[in-house]
Amino acid sequence: MSTSEKRLMKGNEAFAIAAIRSGCRFYFGYPITPQNEIPEYMSRELSKVGGSFIQAESELAAVNMAYGASAAGGRVLLSSSSPGIALMQEGMSIFCSVQLPLVLLNVMRGGPGIGTIQPSQADYNQVTRGGGNGDYHIIVYAPSSIQEAVDMIGKAYEVADEYRNPVIIAVDGMIGQMMEPVVLPEDQGYTREEDIPKKKPWALVGHKDQRDRNVIKSLQLKQELLEEEIMAYWPKYERAQRELPEYEARNLDKAEVVFVAYGSTARVVLEAMEILQKEGIEAGLIRPKTLWPFPDQAFENLGDNVKKVISVELSQGQMINDVKLALNGRHHVDLINRVGGMLLSPAEIAERTKTLMGGTK
Amino acid sequence: MKPVFEFTKGMREMTTSYCPGCTHGIAHRLIMEVLEEKGALGNAIGVSPVGCSIVAHQFMNVDMMESPHGRAPAVASGIKRVHPDSYVFTYQGDGDLASIGTGEIIHAAHRGEKFCTFFINNAIFGMTGGQMAPTSLIGQKTTTSVEGRTVEQAGAPLRISEMLATIDGAVYVERVSLHSPAEVRKAKKAIRTAFEVQEKKLGFAFVEFLSTCPTNWGLSPVAALDFIKDKMIPYYPVKNFKSVEEVK
Repeated sequence: MSTSEKRLMKGNEAFAIAAIRSGCRFYFGYPITPQNEIPEYMSRELSKVGGSFIQAESELAAVNMAYGASAAGGRVLLSSSSPGIALMQEGMSIFCSVQLPLVLLNVMRGGPGIGTIQPSQADYNQVTRGGGNGDYHIIVYAPSSIQEAVDMIGKAYEVADEYRNPVIIAVDGMIGQMMEPVVLPEDQGYTREEDIPKKKPWALVGHKDQRDRNVIKSLQLKQELLEEEIMAYWPKYERAQRELPEYEARNLDKAEVVFVAYGSTARVVLEAMEILQKEGIEAGLIRPKTLWPFPDQAFENLGDNVKKVISVELSQGQMINDVKLALNGRHHVDLINRVGGMLLSPAEIAERTKTLMGGTK
Repeated sequence: MKPVFEFTKGMREMTTSYCPGCTHGIAHRLIMEVLEEKGALGNAIGVSPVGCSIVAHQFMNVDMMESPHGRAPAVASGIKRVHPDSYVFTYQGDGDLASIGTGEIIHAAHRGEKFCTFFINNAIFGMTGGQMAPTSLIGQKTTTSVEGRTVEQAGAPLRISEMLATIDGAVYVERVSLHSPAEVRKAKKAIRTAFEVQEKKLGFAFVEFLSTCPTNWGLSPVAALDFIKDKMIPYYPVKNFKSVEEVK
């Protein structure tokens, strides 16, 4: 497959290729819909490029295999879908505690509980707040197309290594399952076993009788030392909040109503904006590309032209809380949403927007 | 003068945090002695999960990591994929391996993972203060079975070695005891065989050590050794359950 060629591909398969081309050689996963194309692709392809695939016995085992492989200096991909991500929260907490890199794809489906296999964004709180114990953050990207997801995977590996922290790429099931034209990234090669100590001096490779032993540990029974450890790594999260937020903004200077939406929902909103424009309503969009850190900066300079801010999401009002924090009381925030695997159509968004605006137009 | 005994380079010269009469120290030293004799200390990676021995990395002079409770076999599977020629081992207690970690140990054996698991069975949860484990004996008094464990309430004690021996991928399974010098020597031999199985990439190797917990058993160190001999061995026979021609 040549690199710069545009190909029509299914999202999940494109993500797997992008991970391998970003140097990933280790994948651990457990079957769960709608992300099965990722482990299926990895099981066929990783061994051909010097990598390893394990079909784990559970998501709990998968995240801990990733923990071992990452500690050993390998570049790892994990993927799952919402209930599977819930099972991986123990691992997320320990990855952050010991500061190891990881890239995790969450192809989100409707919940709570076992829920549905239809697309959803109801994991917003799960990925941005986490369900693991203790003080930590996960860095979260939210692409709205297959192309953007593929590009974000390469970036996610760099950010995960630089921050020594897990990075989740949250895509709804729609982006995982649909097909779109995509240009895959150039193959970057990968770090061979013998080169790991140079790149990751902290990695467990055996001390070779040449250095003191490397230890990766999470237990700290002395509370004053645990506080010290947390305070020592916390500045990286403050730096992430300064340096990592990304968003797309459209028509904010003219907009009467500003939508906030991410992922595939943002694409539906774009069509709703066209409908509204035809009816004389100027609409704008803030599309967070990072969910944590949330792009508060995008909301700083909303002008007097903005009469309404509406969080549009496939969840029961989860992102809206971050929108409210970003606005800090400067605007009232409304919600347009569907849940449980149901989707919004452009017409429904346009209609509900007009209702929220009091039928003035 | 020729030294007749030297401290293994595999152990760091410090006092362990284990209780008087606990056999963790013996098991630690045996594993490290075998690795030293093989010249493998520099090429070894250990995993110790939650339990008293989560701090094993303080004493063992090899690269090591802590693991969440029960997950060490999954963690070791990940390490072994990155470093297939390293000596990878997990060191797990019975509160860990026989309870919260049953899924991970069974599937590591099932995949025929090429690492070793050293299983310290003292029939109780040590670190958390002496609660009943799946391995606690019938009648054994613990803080969650103060009248003694009963089959009706908690089932019969789980025999892990016997169970793992039924799995094809587990090619070497042996139960040893640490209650006497003779048994300690046999235990060391089992550790050496387990590492040989790993070197030759034959499959999963598992050694169970019948061990003491004088503190939570409420026994003196000497009485605790007798408890292994008189109470544990009749239920947990000390023997080889499975081996392969290549290491016999």
